[in-house]
Amino acid sequence: MIDERVSQPLFSVRDLRTYYVDRSRWLDRLRHRRPGAVRAIDGVSLDIVRGEIVCLVGESGCGKTTLGKAMLRLAPATAGTIIFDGRDITGLGRSAMRALRPRMQMIAQDPHGSLSPRLQVRQLLTEPYRIHGVPREAQYSVGQLLEMVELPAAMSQKYPHELSGGQARRVGIARALALRPDFIVADEPTSGLDVSGASKILGLLRSLRAEHDLTFLFITHNLRIVDYIANTLAVMYLGRIAESGPADLVLDNPGHPYTRALLDSLSEPDPHRRRERRRLLLPGEIPSPRNPPDGCSFHPRCRRADEVCGTRPELVSMGAGRQAACYHPLVERPVDSDVTA
Amino acid sequence: MGADTSVSHVQPAGEPVLRVDGLDVTYTSDGVVLPVLRDVALHANPGEIVGIVGESGCGKSTLSAALMGLLPPNGRVTSGRAMFRGVDMFSLNAEARRRLRGSEISMVFQDPLTSLNPTLTIGAQFSDVLRAHRDGPVNRSSLRGRIVEMLQRVGLPDARARLNSYPHEFSGGQRQRIMIAMALVLKPALLIADEITSALDVTLEAQILQLVCDLRDDSQTAVLFVTHDLGVVAQVCDRVVVMYCGRTVEEGNVADIFDQPRHPYTRALLASVPSRKWRGGELPTIRGRVPSLDALPDGCAFANRCPDARAICHEQEPHSVAINTQLVRCHAHDPASGYGASREAATQFGRVSP
Repeated sequence: MIDERVSQPLFSVRDLRTYYVDRSRWLDRLRHRRPGAVRAIDGVSLDIVRGEIVCLVGESGCGKTTLGKAMLRLAPATAGTIIFDGRDITGLGRSAMRALRPRMQMIAQDPHGSLSPRLQVRQLLTEPYRIHGVPREAQYSVGQLLEMVELPAAMSQKYPHELSGGQARRVGIARALALRPDFIVADEPTSGLDVSGASKILGLLRSLRAEHDLTFLFITHNLRIVDYIANTLAVMYLGRIAESGPADLVLDNPGHPYTRALLDSLSEPDPHRRRERRRLLLPGEIPSPRNPPDGCSFHPRCRRADEVCGTRPELVSMGAGRQAACYHPLVERPVDSDVTA
Repeated sequence: MGADTSVSHVQPAGEPVLRVDGLDVTYTSDGVVLPVLRDVALHANPGEIVGIVGESGCGKSTLSAALMGLLPPNGRVTSGRAMFRGVDMFSLNAEARRRLRGSEISMVFQDPLTSLNPTLTIGAQFSDVLRAHRDGPVNRSSLRGRIVEMLQRVGLPDARARLNSYPHEFSGGQRQRIMIAMALVLKPALLIADEITSALDVTLEAQILQLVCDLRDDSQTAVLFVTHDLGVVAQVCDRVVVMYCGRTVEEGNVADIFDQPRHPYTRALLASVPSRKWRGGELPTIRGRVPSLDALPDGCAFANRCPDARAICHEQEPHSVAINTQLVRCHAHDPASGYGASREAATQFGRVSP
């Protein structure tokens, strides 16, 4: 595999698959010729370099959250391998996984729903220590944790319902930080927040990454956030990676028609340019993972699709650290490209 | 669209469809009267998309509810007028308001699932809307034809077959389209769109925005577009009204507001949109929080977060002043306010503007 990066990835996922059993009625399945499995993750390969912020984008239902959970073994891995810090954790048992858990944390999407309504912030922050039996000397104090996420000390006495969306989000972040993790999956950490609240959370995550030497998988559907915060960008479509690579490169010069379509859908932030900018709107919606299209799952919505696209494209190197799964990419593929997935 | 001439959209040139003046709305909660909207003024011309922006709690949704006559029981319009085609909506009785809603003023909400009846098919709900606002009997097949045509226009695939489907059988994006189709089937003169794209992916958002623009172009509908997304405002709006703590703090043409935001709050909002410009550095943010309505400070409500606040800003409420095409409610822009002579207040925070 051609890769200019020298450091060994913190997370390395190879051909990961998460299939769920389709619980719809058998008659419906027969009628709609459904295979009986929902392919939430359908062969994902992804490397996450230590210290980076990797943004995972795609439309709702594309499997972003499932992938984040599957990497932390919070969603089942039907096939494939997950390597964390050089160690294969795909088949790791409950107790071995539990010992590793403090190193990998998740910030859930719904800040209020993920905090127990009966506990005060103080208790919520020390709960991870109780669960993992962390000795006192290795614990941060409640005051330290609140300070890390820039909340006033008086907050420790509050209950979740007394917190604003942004404050609840910060408590969620503090809980993730409590166990001194190496890796955090942040699932839409700014969703539901106002512009200014979202900016504050982004600024906080960025500075925490530097102070605590963190690596992030940042799940979002907002490409403007990606442009601000990401080192690496991975674009998902229907359970697969359509394109991945250095964020600047992919955003400035997308290789996959789907990435291009996402960028074209963004509203033009300059009102003077909105009339002249060519917006090619992507027709239709993301298909159901119960019944994905054959071949490239994007081809029914793709302007460049032809008969080749009826066979599934592999994720191949496009040079400069970029990979794309497309027969008709928008950038030139280097001559000696190799198959990486 | 069918050749329907029963709803006329002809407006005398230059006369707005909607003109709101001095609107005050209060909510009473546990005996405490909260000023949710204060002295709100705005207008919308035919074929114009007016963006209403601001952070949550600024009164955007209360404004929509007040205009639709859908305030909660503890909410009350205490003063002001809302002239819709020359008639003050607040002076109408409930029956007259109801007739206006749907036929001439429509509203689409953020969450289409809560506004559609889960126990009725889409076709039945459409028929209800059409029957409720038509005088005399309506031919059944022409009714169906009209509904199918409208659903096809909003890009719902297989519209005829899906008339018998229930709301839960559609995806979120499809439900939002159905709501828009239902809001526009009577060709209203005014559409109030409250955060209609906030829950959608960018691809669907782009489709829905295009739809709103197309329908506006076709029927010259005036649109009040309530959103907190400034990108969406830049993309579709003609004019912008910025709200803070229940007041309109700035208003103007979209290009003027984006080129030269005058109110410090507008400047701060525009600056805090993430982009590559700030990569590797701190994103500008607005310090502090929106004050709660039961503890509004004296003077300008934004003063405690404002980098330019002086003593007078903490003492007197600013008035709106016109600067070229913009209206700004800020002492710093009001030559008569005495801001220039006012001493520098001990500023709590640094400057917001980059």
